[in-house]
Amino acid sequence: MDLSYSDKYRALQDEVRSFIAANRDASPSAVGIRRKPDTKILAWQRMLVANGYAARTIPKKYGGYGAAPDVMENAIIAEEFSKAGVATGIMSQGISMLVPTLLEVGTEEQRERWIKPTILGETIWCQGYSEPDAGSDLANVQTKAVLDGDHYVVNGQKIWTSSAHYADMMFLLCRTEPDKPKHQGLSYLLLSMETPGIEVRPLRTMTGKATFNEVFFTDVRVPAHQIVMGRGDGWTVANITLKYERMMLGDANKFMHRVHRIRTLMETTRIDGERLIDKPEWRDRLVRLQGEVMASKYHQMRLLTDAAKGVDPGLGRLIVKLYGTEMGYRLSGLAVDIYGAAGLAYDPHDEGQPGEDDPATAWHADHMYDLGLIIGGGSSQIQKNIISERGLGMPREPKPAAPASTKG
Amino acid sequence: MEFALTDEQRMLDESLRGYLARALPLETLKDLVKDARGFSDAHWQAVAELGLPGLMVPTEHGGSGLGLLDAAVAAEALAYYAAPVAFAGPAVMAPIAVQTMASAAQQAEWLPKMASGEMRVAVAFAGGTGQTGNAGASLAGDKLTGAVEGILDLAGATHVLVVMPDGKAALAPVDAEGVSVHVKPTLDRTRPLADISFASARVDVLDASNDPAAAVRRVRDAGRVMLAADTLGASQAMLDKAVAYAKERVQFGRVIASFQAVKHMAAEMATELEPCRALVWFAAHAHDAIPEEAHVAACHAKAHLGEIGRHVQTKTTEMHGGMGFTELMGLELWFKRISLDRHTLGGPERCRHEAAVAQGWVAP
Repeated sequence: MDLSYSDKYRALQDEVRSFIAANRDASPSAVGIRRKPDTKILAWQRMLVANGYAARTIPKKYGGYGAAPDVMENAIIAEEFSKAGVATGIMSQGISMLVPTLLEVGTEEQRERWIKPTILGETIWCQGYSEPDAGSDLANVQTKAVLDGDHYVVNGQKIWTSSAHYADMMFLLCRTEPDKPKHQGLSYLLLSMETPGIEVRPLRTMTGKATFNEVFFTDVRVPAHQIVMGRGDGWTVANITLKYERMMLGDANKFMHRVHRIRTLMETTRIDGERLIDKPEWRDRLVRLQGEVMASKYHQMRLLTDAAKGVDPGLGRLIVKLYGTEMGYRLSGLAVDIYGAAGLAYDPHDEGQPGEDDPATAWHADHMYDLGLIIGGGSSQIQKNIISERGLGMPREPKPAAPASTKG
Repeated sequence: MEFALTDEQRMLDESLRGYLARALPLETLKDLVKDARGFSDAHWQAVAELGLPGLMVPTEHGGSGLGLLDAAVAAEALAYYAAPVAFAGPAVMAPIAVQTMASAAQQAEWLPKMASGEMRVAVAFAGGTGQTGNAGASLAGDKLTGAVEGILDLAGATHVLVVMPDGKAALAPVDAEGVSVHVKPTLDRTRPLADISFASARVDVLDASNDPAAAVRRVRDAGRVMLAADTLGASQAMLDKAVAYAKERVQFGRVIASFQAVKHMAAEMATELEPCRALVWFAAHAHDAIPEEAHVAACHAKAHLGEIGRHVQTKTTEMHGGMGFTELMGLELWFKRISLDRHTLGGPERCRHEAAVAQGWVAP
């Protein structure tokens, strides 16, 4: 164990602090960034990447900062941003999921083409995974892609596609080998959302916002070289992306940030003239959650250390999504409880509407969105199957007979 | 920068677990805990040979000079085997207390004997931990009067070190005149608690600390981290046993480990428990190397492990069905060990309150 603040780390801490002091006015609101990045967010992102506070370990040739992985540096940057209450870099499916996937299994050409605009927030990606009949059973994807000359021709439908209505690109899981067993018949394609034949229909979520969509494909032509790995490797690539998605959803730094925001909220909210932070029953809820967040913070540092050494942490990695999303929901639940009845005026701003949500609305929207995160990316129940089977070696549930209606 | 155990720490863990697995099969364990002291001279001798009593004693006094993270690794391993070995008191809190509170001459006299295992020193707090029960003592010169209830590792100890709230401490042999020890039949039979009273007993006074409040906190924090590590080891043992049992127990023609209702219980526990390991490691490491974060981390580790331990002791017992409710499998030894950890040196609510105070969220 070595968490000592050497001169190198102290220098970084000073550097981050002075960056924040000099630039904090340029920070976008830290809340509710689930919309197309506006010019303020893009300018902030560009500044963060240039200074190595986002995309820190992405190689320079792909537009990143090119630093060697260092758990402590990540922790210092996250902590300083969190304490100062300024926005961290964009967390998006492109940045957190596609970029590491391409670094792991993409071709050199794919990395050079896509990573830089993605980390700068200029190219927005959406994830074409779920279908009406392929949710928890993701490998049952039926959207077809048939090779025609040097293009795949895609037909089918995706659902729950976050940000498809403003995304520039999609990473798509589709069936290219219909004759093979279900897990072996899939491929992973990258395609432009401007390709003719794509229709995006918004789906309004319980937050009142149309943050996700149905996407329909009719003879959509995708250049054949925009496949990641080979034909039939889609399940492998999809799982690499899911691994990063689940790590992103469990990112402890985001939760540490929330603990500090909720503490501030408790210091400024009064019932019967007394601050909530001074009421033991309220304070105890927050401190208890802080303990859980601390455990996840240090667990994450342990995983990052393993990753830097090339050690597979096994169970330790499998639990991150379940732990993080369930804890996140309880954190936002505490925040909406603090607002209480006074926070029930709910006025969400949809995409394209001017202004931002008032804080209580934003917390309520986050709270409901957090429930969506428990369901999406492999629901908590699917995570528990994965943890018990791959992590604890417990057997799979035996397959039941098919329902009568599908027989014959 | 690295968040991981060192090779040496992994070796300590492996050699200790190797010994405990051989020395403490369930039948032996069940025999040992019949002794009301929960203490076996033979086992104490064996752990002394492994170097546990001197783990935290500086090398110049005959110890290994290791830190609290090493001790946490050992505590986790001991709890994994429900070892009836006095550790948190004589091997951790006592050497820390002596090093922070005693004069150089006292240290030179006592530490080598503590390292060899000849002196087994239990630590009693005369108040200030949040532990329920009476605790109060006063010093007049070198005479101590008072009583403290519910002391860990006092059964089988040769000496007791009473930590006073003002930052002084007093050391006395348990058989000295005016000292009376009462070992209680205790829920956790692997580590029975004991009460002690002093009637103007002559003691050695430790008053060399230049920051008495910090010294008391440091000893208490170390104890809390050890209890958290103990809960971690005991919880991991209960989870491993429950998963193994579920893979063998057949009902409805299937092993019960194939039922999602059972798998999900196990997955939930594993998900809560694995990050606890990092929290305990951090709290222990902070005690050694990051003093400004050590107190808050110790409070959080003690509180959080208390809560997760409660969940694990409950659900792993349920996973064993009726067998879990009996004494036959010995599962109750770990269940009760986790309960003792939760309630000694301050329960979760108390520790969280201290964490809030230490962060300036609320006035003391």
